[in-house]
Amino acid sequence: MMHFLLLFSRQGRLRLQKWFTPTPEREKKKIIRDMTAMVLARKPKTCNFLHWMDLKVVYKRYASLFFCLAIDDQENELLALEILHRYVELLDKYFGNVCELDIIFNFEKAYFILDEFLIGGEVQETSKQTVARCIEASDMLQEDDNSDWYDVELFG
Amino acid sequence: MSDVVERTLTALPSLLSSDPSPGRPSSTSKLGTLIRGITELTSKHDEEKLIQRELVSIKEQVSSPNTTMRQMKELMVRAVYCEMLGYEASFSYIHAIKLAQQGTALDKRVGYLAVSLFLNESHELLLLLVNTVLKDLQSTNLIEVCMALTVVGQVFPKDMIPAILPMVEEKLNHPKEIIRRKAVLALYKFYLIAPNQVQHIHSKFRKALCDKDPGVMSASLHIYLEMVTEKPESYKDLVVSFVTILKQVVGGKLPIDFNYHSVPAPWLQIQLLRILSLLGKNDRSTSEMMYEVLDESLRRAEMNHNITYAILFECVKTIYTIHPKAELLEKAAKCIGNFVLSPKINLKYLGLKALTYVVQQDANLALQHQMTIIECLDHSDLIIKRETLELLFRITNGQNVKVIVEKLLEFLRHSKDDYVTIDLGGKVTELAEKYAPDNSWFIRTMNTVFLLVGDQMQPDIPNSFLRLLSEGFESAEEDQQLRLLAVDSYVSLLQEQPARLPQRFLQVISWVLGEYSSVKEGLEPATVLRLLAPLLDLRHCSSETKSWVLAAMTKLSAGPACLSVAQELAERHGGSLDTTLRQKLHELQHLASDAELLRRVLPCSDGLESLEVDSSLSFLDGFVSEALAAGAAPYKPPHQRQEELAQEKALSVEPYGLSLPLSLSSSSIAGRLSPTVLSMSSGLSGNSTELSPKGGALRLEGVTRVWGKEGYLAKAALKPEEAAKTEVPCTLSVLQEGGSAPRTPVVSLPAPAPGPSLQAEREKQQLASCLFVGLGSQGAAGPCLMGKAEPTRHGFRKKVKGQGSSSGAREPSGDSASSSHSPSPLSAQSAMDNLLCSSPLDSGSTPSPADSAPSPADSAPSLADSATSPVDPAPHLPHDLPANNRPCDAQEDLTEDTDTSETVVEGNSVAVVDPYDPESLCLSPHLPEELCGLPRSEFRPLCRDASLVLSACCVRTDHSSLLVVFVSNASDSAARGFALQMTSGDLEVSRVRGGPEEEEEHVEGHSVAVYQYSLVPTRPSVHMELAGRASYQRPDGEPQSTPFSYGLSLPDFIRPLSVSTEEYGRLWLASSNDTKQNLALLSQEPDPLRATLHRLRDRLQLNVVDIIASEGIVACQLLQGPPCLMHCRLNAGCLAVWLRSSLPELPDCLLYHCQRALAQH
Repeated sequence: MMHFLLLFSRQGRLRLQKWFTPTPEREKKKIIRDMTAMVLARKPKTCNFLHWMDLKVVYKRYASLFFCLAIDDQENELLALEILHRYVELLDKYFGNVCELDIIFNFEKAYFILDEFLIGGEVQETSKQTVARCIEASDMLQEDDNSDWYDVELFG
Repeated sequence: MSDVVERTLTALPSLLSSDPSPGRPSSTSKLGTLIRGITELTSKHDEEKLIQRELVSIKEQVSSPNTTMRQMKELMVRAVYCEMLGYEASFSYIHAIKLAQQGTALDKRVGYLAVSLFLNESHELLLLLVNTVLKDLQSTNLIEVCMALTVVGQVFPKDMIPAILPMVEEKLNHPKEIIRRKAVLALYKFYLIAPNQVQHIHSKFRKALCDKDPGVMSASLHIYLEMVTEKPESYKDLVVSFVTILKQVVGGKLPIDFNYHSVPAPWLQIQLLRILSLLGKNDRSTSEMMYEVLDESLRRAEMNHNITYAILFECVKTIYTIHPKAELLEKAAKCIGNFVLSPKINLKYLGLKALTYVVQQDANLALQHQMTIIECLDHSDLIIKRETLELLFRITNGQNVKVIVEKLLEFLRHSKDDYVTIDLGGKVTELAEKYAPDNSWFIRTMNTVFLLVGDQMQPDIPNSFLRLLSEGFESAEEDQQLRLLAVDSYVSLLQEQPARLPQRFLQVISWVLGEYSSVKEGLEPATVLRLLAPLLDLRHCSSETKSWVLAAMTKLSAGPACLSVAQELAERHGGSLDTTLRQKLHELQHLASDAELLRRVLPCSDGLESLEVDSSLSFLDGFVSEALAAGAAPYKPPHQRQEELAQEKALSVEPYGLSLPLSLSSSSIAGRLSPTVLSMSSGLSGNSTELSPKGGALRLEGVTRVWGKEGYLAKAALKPEEAAKTEVPCTLSVLQEGGSAPRTPVVSLPAPAPGPSLQAEREKQQLASCLFVGLGSQGAAGPCLMGKAEPTRHGFRKKVKGQGSSSGAREPSGDSASSSHSPSPLSAQSAMDNLLCSSPLDSGSTPSPADSAPSPADSAPSLADSATSPVDPAPHLPHDLPANNRPCDAQEDLTEDTDTSETVVEGNSVAVVDPYDPESLCLSPHLPEELCGLPRSEFRPLCRDASLVLSACCVRTDHSSLLVVFVSNASDSAARGFALQMTSGDLEVSRVRGGPEEEEEHVEGHSVAVYQYSLVPTRPSVHMELAGRASYQRPDGEPQSTPFSYGLSLPDFIRPLSVSTEEYGRLWLASSNDTKQNLALLSQEPDPLRATLHRLRDRLQLNVVDIIASEGIVACQLLQGPPCLMHCRLNAGCLAVWLRSSLPELPDCLLYHCQRALAQH
């Protein structure tokens, strides 16, 4: 089970936060502080895993952005790394050559994609196509509100 | 792919200034402006100002009525952004909910998103979302359904699950797989937060598992993983299915969509492997079914990519978890080897983790890789190092312990993370205790741990260390050596730099020196005292530590040299503001000057006589009951307080049913209030359960030979030393002294213990232990030690309330001057009421202000009572039965007595003139044969109309309580289609089909039909109300329906519980909810205790298990419910009772009825 996902820049600026387990505000702030400090302090050629209290933290840097995911101790760290990677792939597919700016200015889209991919701390859908299709369909609603078409589009 | 991403992301900084491409979302929006604004700022302060301004403007706009939903969406996005930066925007939460409710399509989606980001599942605003979710779940727009299910899967209030559960369940059959998948995940969420709610749909989970869509199927595996973890044996039948699915996945039978870097559905594979490992654990036959597919998985996962390693790792774990198969183990070991030896650091980490996991089964594997492990131990990455230490910890044994502990300590020295420090400190301690090669090593290691971990360490480390020292190992010689070493090393530590030592360590040092410094020859107590004394001057030394230090000094203080140190200290710290410190100093001074007293207080015996600690603190019972009698609020343990708070807050989800007005009837109010307010409940239980774990633990370790069997009196004599020991007992002793102010040093030394009363105590104790000898080993700490009656305490008891309670309970007997000649139950009732407002009791003549309201009601029924009392119809029964509904009935009578043609006529108030009096109807012959001769209540009319009269009585059998309803038809024609319905909030009512008649029933003219209902209380309560309705067709075809009610009281559902004294003892210890109170004694009788208990037995069906001397034990049981135990003791003219039951309400309710039973003569 995943506990939280944080995206932050090299400067330690938070770009996205998702909490899968109920966490009090005060603790959230502490975690964000700890995570950015710990992850940013890591030297190159160290492993992508950290311990934080009784959780494992798996992080990976994509360009200037750090993706940081906390999982239960008995979870598979490598798999968590691939979850991060899959998320980046999904963002990339949606934005087309995703960059940090896309996530900054369209963070709500990044959240929508995340919500189709992970839910309640578990992987919801592993098929890239399905997630993409789902997001597209919901997006189209914005432009065209008489929604007869989506049935075909979304559900193939 | 990842390379592409990396490249594009690296190009990012240059993009910041340039305009985004046309397809890109615009950064000219308001959000864009905000973000740009923030990036341009340099200081945190400016940012804060900017955002506060932004928040103000958002706040203005969201609350403006002219804001459209589309604008609202935009505002929400900005609010989310501000929250992400760490600024609170709680004013927008409600608008997020509104947006989700009223927006369309994308607006709604943003609303839902904001809700899921802003609120967590305990937030109260979420309740407002329930309706929106409900509406969207029913929407024909699939996207809206998806949105609703998505939000449900993330945040949903637990209490409201029942409201949407059916609809989510329904979605499991939806034609679209995406909806089914989301529904399964929503149910998974429900399963996690409220497993009971989804228990009934386990079969539907199976259907989801067999879903033709792989996405739905893999979603259902989340639920299965949880359920299998909890209860693997229930899902063994699914092993074949899981294995088949895994085979198909591994064989690439799934759509190519699910591939991840050309590996088929890795997430699915790993999930299945986990489930299989749980199912195959310790189960040979199940494991055998998996071997083939595991082998296949290992073989297929050969590609060189992270995801295949992840699968391999999971395979290895599974292979080592299930019943072993040599061939597979070999392959798995090879796999682990590859991991450990891999140059990729992530794989190395995983290899170490796998080794840690398997090493207990296969230590050879660690041997094979020892060189790699050694290398990892010096790895530059701390995480790898830490993981290696974890592995070493698992392979520690007697031979390698020194090296491994040294490594652990080294890491500990450099660790900055508190969590790691505490964890490793615990591990080192564990290893040291388990494998210590010799004593001096042990002491040295522990010293290092105390120094390094400092005050964050788990408290059980110093505790168990001290226990080890005091209890020792096998040989006494070894023990002495250990202690000597400890003393030696501590003395030298104190000589060096005591200021650097952590508090916990100082406490340990003080205790050991105080206890064992005599072991070292040539070490004068005065020298030790001089070593300890400077600790009191340390600024960072907490007052708890100072207490430990002083306790140690007190133990050592013998001889003139010590006296001078003590006096010196007293002078220096005598002016301290800390009263505890002052008091202890004073004690030290006194004991140092009086060697005789010191010996008595702190006997110097080296033997390890087992300590007997009265962890229930029962010696305080007397004090507590006095405090309660003086008006103190009863103690509630923290969890109870919390529960009550939670109950106040919690919203009721259930619709308001009929039961509400009924349960509010005045009888139940009066009835419920008096026991709860009066009873001196739970205070002591709270002390016993709450304090003992905390204080008990500390005391057990830190204090020796203090609390002997002598109980509290011995303690009174030992007070100074005991007070010096720890904080907890100290405060208690203050309490026990009965004074409200903290004790000053002047009174701290008690006068020589009161000899005669000590003697008396001893005798009592002997008596008590004779009485409860059979109560099991711990029984001694139970009832017999409870509340030592203390003759000297009487002064305290003569307090307002206490006096009121004893005289109040007796009042009705001396009440003959008041209006009714045979004191009715009601006057007892009103006596209770009076007590509540602590006014003098005289129900008739001097109505107190609080009494004035019900007083008209008082007089009516008591008159009525006197009218009926000559005809006492059911001699077997408790007298108070008919009085159940008195207060309310009486009022009804007063208001409605002109209106006799209809509805409720209750009580016997009209008995004399009523032609329909149940007795005059001669109902007893109609009582079913099997019920004749059983104890029953008198017949009471329920309701009547022109043709029918309903009456009822309650019959008690051994295992049930039956309500027998008599329907007498006095008219000529039959009442057709007669039906009775009964409901109750407190009772479970079920019809007993005794007679031949079924369903449609007719009551012929001039006949009596009999109905039986079995009643089972769902929760105990003083009075229970039953509401019913009789309906039938009148001869003219008109439907007729008449309501009625029937009151019952707790004694109807109490049965004697026959147990032996031994069983009683066991039960006593097993029950937890205590209530204590003093009851009136039937003091005129020659043997008051026996008479009182027999009265209770006769009235309330209690079983008197045993009476010995001045104590008695009584047991009963709630019908189809738990037992309630009662321990009674004569105490100063009262009967001190102590009730225990596993049901918290039961003792209170029973006490109330005991009071009533004793009040009426």
